[in-house]
Amino acid sequence: MGRSVKKGPYVDPSLLKKIQAQNAQREKRVIKTWARASTIIPEMVGHTIAVHDGRRHVPIYISEEMVGHKLGEFAPTRTFKGHADKSERSTGMR
Amino acid sequence: MARIAGVDLPRDKRIEAALPYIYGIGWPASRKILAESRVNPDTRVRDLTEEEVSRIREIIERDWRVEGELRREVQMNIKRLIDIGCYRGLRHRRGLPVRGQRTKTNARTRKGPRRTVGAKKKK
Repeated sequence: MGRSVKKGPYVDPSLLKKIQAQNAQREKRVIKTWARASTIIPEMVGHTIAVHDGRRHVPIYISEEMVGHKLGEFAPTRTFKGHADKSERSTGMR
Repeated sequence: MARIAGVDLPRDKRIEAALPYIYGIGWPASRKILAESRVNPDTRVRDLTEEEVSRIREIIERDWRVEGELRREVQMNIKRLIDIGCYRGLRHRRGLPVRGQRTKTNARTRKGPRRTVGAKKKK
């Protein structure tokens, strides 16, 4: 079920404050954040936000189409590089 | 004979069951359309009058997104997800389930026929 419209989109308060501060200053510096659950709102368009993926902050440039998604959707938390190849080492051990 | 929204025309079926042959119209939509156009859902397609067919056609053209246009919209939505590089887009790109289903087993609809990998008997 979706979130109640009455409450409006969830945006991490401290992240929101930083965005607004930068908008007021007309500056655009990378903001680090852990707030993966925050909704992307129109005010963030054009900013680069570094979203934590559990290990490091992945810089995400926010474009207009991303509005309405959550920050976490753009910083995958899992790395999967495919299954190990059936190589010399894994078969040759026996 | 009855040709609505492009190339669709199953003739021996009841119109209620024939309309779902159009992409974008299922049984519920079919019933709504027939109710609105006041056509008896039990009439066979071949027994429809020209006038009934055009009433149905008109309603579909006015209120429903079907066939090519609908397919295009769906493709555009998927393309958008892929282009913005969000999680759902990545899943579409890889042909894996998008809505958090398990992939350890099952997920064959998205992944297609099984391709066995590795794990050959040692010798």
